[in-house]
Amino acid sequence: MLLRHTPNDIQERSALAINPAKTCQPIGAMYAALGIHKCLPHSHGSQGCYAYHRSTLTRHYKEPVMAATSAFTEGASVFGGQANLLQAINNIFSVYEPEVIAVHTTCLSETIGDDIPQIIAKARDEGKIPPGRYVIHANTPSYVGTHVTGFANMVKGMVDYFAQANGHKESWVNIIPGYVEPCDMEEIKRIAGELGVPCILFPDTSGVLNAPQTGRFHMFPAGGVTTADLMRTGSAVGTVALGKLASGPAARALDTKCKVPCEILDLPIGLQATDLFIDTLRQIAGVTVPDSLNIERGRLLDVITDMHQYFFGRKVALAGDPDQLISLTQFLVDIDLWPIHIVTGTPGKKFEARIKEITKEVPHPVNVRAGGDMFLLHQWIRNAPVDLLMGNTYLKYIARDEDIPLVRWGFPILDRIGHSYFPTVGYRGGLRLLEKILDALMDRQDRDAPEEGFELVM
Amino acid sequence: METLNPEELTPPVPEINAEDVKKELLEKYPTKVARKRAKQIVINQVGPEGEVPEIQSNVRTVPGLIGQRGCTYAGCKGVVLGPTRDIVNITHGPIGCGFYSWLTRRNQTKPPGPEDHNFMMYCFSTDMQEEQIVFGGEKKLRQAVQEAYDLFKPKAIGIFATCPVGLIGDDVHAVAREMKEKLGDCNVFAFSCEGYKGVSQSAGHHIANNGIFTHVVGLNDTVQEGKFKINLLGEYNIGGDAFEIERLFEECGFTLISTFSGNSSYDYFANSHTADLNLIMCHRSINYVAEMMETKFGIPWIKINFIGAGATAKSLRKIAKFFDDRELLARVEEVIARELPAVEKVREEVKPRCQGKRAMLFVGGSRAHHYQELFREIGMETIAAGYEFAHRDDYEGRRVLPGIKVDADSRNIEEIHVEPDPQRYRPRLTEEGLARMQEAGIELKDYEGMMPEMCDGSLVIDDISQFETEKLIELYRPDIICAGIKEKYAIQKSGVPMKQLHSYDSGGPYAAFQGAINFYREIDRMVNSKVWKYLQAPWQKHPELAAKYVWE
Repeated sequence: MLLRHTPNDIQERSALAINPAKTCQPIGAMYAALGIHKCLPHSHGSQGCYAYHRSTLTRHYKEPVMAATSAFTEGASVFGGQANLLQAINNIFSVYEPEVIAVHTTCLSETIGDDIPQIIAKARDEGKIPPGRYVIHANTPSYVGTHVTGFANMVKGMVDYFAQANGHKESWVNIIPGYVEPCDMEEIKRIAGELGVPCILFPDTSGVLNAPQTGRFHMFPAGGVTTADLMRTGSAVGTVALGKLASGPAARALDTKCKVPCEILDLPIGLQATDLFIDTLRQIAGVTVPDSLNIERGRLLDVITDMHQYFFGRKVALAGDPDQLISLTQFLVDIDLWPIHIVTGTPGKKFEARIKEITKEVPHPVNVRAGGDMFLLHQWIRNAPVDLLMGNTYLKYIARDEDIPLVRWGFPILDRIGHSYFPTVGYRGGLRLLEKILDALMDRQDRDAPEEGFELVM
Repeated sequence: METLNPEELTPPVPEINAEDVKKELLEKYPTKVARKRAKQIVINQVGPEGEVPEIQSNVRTVPGLIGQRGCTYAGCKGVVLGPTRDIVNITHGPIGCGFYSWLTRRNQTKPPGPEDHNFMMYCFSTDMQEEQIVFGGEKKLRQAVQEAYDLFKPKAIGIFATCPVGLIGDDVHAVAREMKEKLGDCNVFAFSCEGYKGVSQSAGHHIANNGIFTHVVGLNDTVQEGKFKINLLGEYNIGGDAFEIERLFEECGFTLISTFSGNSSYDYFANSHTADLNLIMCHRSINYVAEMMETKFGIPWIKINFIGAGATAKSLRKIAKFFDDRELLARVEEVIARELPAVEKVREEVKPRCQGKRAMLFVGGSRAHHYQELFREIGMETIAAGYEFAHRDDYEGRRVLPGIKVDADSRNIEEIHVEPDPQRYRPRLTEEGLARMQEAGIELKDYEGMMPEMCDGSLVIDDISQFETEKLIELYRPDIICAGIKEKYAIQKSGVPMKQLHSYDSGGPYAAFQGAINFYREIDRMVNSKVWKYLQAPWQKHPELAAKYVWE
């Protein structure tokens, strides 16, 4: 057994986190910043931070993940990181020539209290920021919230620095896609396109973290939302923000700053959440939903009706981020799978209440914990076994020890590909999720069936 | 979408003047940066006595330049202590550091039985919150140690400080002492390995060495059976390297007391001072422990290298010669003779396909040196190499040690003062033994460094930047580059295959004889892959439409 020391007996811990279901703010900020075209994320901390974030994102995407660092030493930690950041800004613009440097802080620079706007102002005064180039920032202390918080803070930073109102409402809609994969962002744009709704989607990592192999490396790939578009977000007719935690703060900031009204929805994972997203977009833009989307919806429904017997009553354990888990849990309940253990590392009482509400019809006790960890999840599973696990790669250790099929879903996925190419949002994404769930469950059924019960047609 | 055409992919080998290359690498940098980098980019020139030009290394990275380095915590918790299975390693800090160093280095471990302690699959953290940053984190740390003890009853708990811990002034060592006393049967020790210390991972290695030596080495005086007792230092069992080396040792008749720290256990460290010889694989990360063990216990050390079939054979002979036992020497020759034919067979098969191809290695603190040997064995030349976090002695050899200036960043890393142990100091070599070593050509406590083994005119680049990597690809178009995960896909997107030498991608073992076979095959696969021929679609090769279909 790989997790041989995990006891069945659950003792509450107040200090020791074991096998976390979260990581720290800066990595989320780095990911979000990669969704701006020609932007170099910059980590204001010691070298380890950006090395770890780049490594983790690289392993997840199998793509170049470019970012810079202030490379704090002990001296900078005592005297402040201003000199390092000024030097970094100068070097980055001279050598790598991005259009935007997106600075995020770390526990180190937050603890010593570096004032980033002041340092950026100084860089501007000293002529270190060339004309037409930008340095933006977000405060992302690692000891507050999680990677989701960091993502949300950097997206809000985009609004704080770029959004401008031109005085009247234009026809486009802002869509903030949430902390989702590059292909999910692409899929959300496609759905808006099908509806005929002009949109500005930000951040947009499609074309950045799923770029093609051409034999030529581009430090700044073709994808990403442009600064021009980010400025135009202030004049949009409205904002649709997907995922309360990841996208809510930016949407509200746009409302406050530029009076762009917003709808904050669940991530469009699964049937109901996608329905709501499309219905909302339709009403904001005043358009009719085309048959192409009705057909996609119908196909998803068709698979649910065709395969319902394989879903019904199977028990699932989930680990992931709150925005994703809320939509996924709803989807699973909708198809009569029973999520009974749900853990996120991101704290928040509302999350627990929401999951309780979604799962109230599940005829089993449901464990949910915000600010929990995978050690606890494993203990729950030991005490009340499940038929399926869904979550990131770290769950593979539980999956192996307990012999439970695992559908890889969420962040990070370090040992498989696909998540950056095949979306899980929208109706098509729902189909992919169902395919993955069915493959896992039915492969297991085939593996475990007695010879006489091993069936050709399933 | 512009793609690379096949001619660009395999251009004729350019005759480039290294001086011109250096100029191009520096051209775009602001003056001050160029001046600094100029000292870290050196054109190799080996003198008759093996002397090489000075290279600046182990100095601060230039902010904003984008390099390969990580931090002190990574070097301490991740590299040196990470591979030990039965210590509960608690990261004291916000969740990120513990999370990122959780199972990501591919250190394999094999506990003797299903009940034996193995915590490597677990990540332990105090998950520091704002409250602890403001009011201090010692209370939470104390509680975390208690919870870890109550849950797992480990024989040892290690505490690793992250950046904010040092800044807010938590005394991790005081907590460790207090908890050790309170728990009674659990050794608790702490490492002040805050990420901002030093200039790279290297400081973390040093801190880890100090901690393990102070708190663990020498705790168990049991003398084990075995005639030829050795420790293997600086081997981390990436991809199963240690298993391969352990197998060889056993066949040769060496008794391995401990490995620092691939496939290791706390108990091995505690007993390591009973060995008679220390073997150093990665000089950079572990030479401190070897030096301290020599001073305190009288154990000599030699540099060995198990990367490359030739190097492996040479190293095994060196160890046998050290012990100077006829039977042992014969057995070692037997093992080499048994292992080599399989290696030769593959080498001969692979060499014609790899001969003349050119490699670049920018990695770590020893691998950029060791792996050149493997490439040489299949006829590939290393045209540029450099370390991520090594010091001058790793480049130029230990002969330069007396001349290395200690700067402020290094001075901050504690040098612990060690004295001969009053009871247990036992010099393993007599005067006569020392003379015999000299006669046999065995250099004790010596490492000649990477540069003396590299060609004249090759480039040696310390702490290479992203920009320099791109330039080198543009100018040389090497056939393969070895570096780490962060560099991997930028290099491959440029149409150049890239092999990770930190974690070996998904491969390994690459150590010893079987490892050499694996590596030859892996490099052959990579430099001769068909995939690069498909970069251009048919319509990109012939964009002009000469005619169009007429369906009849």
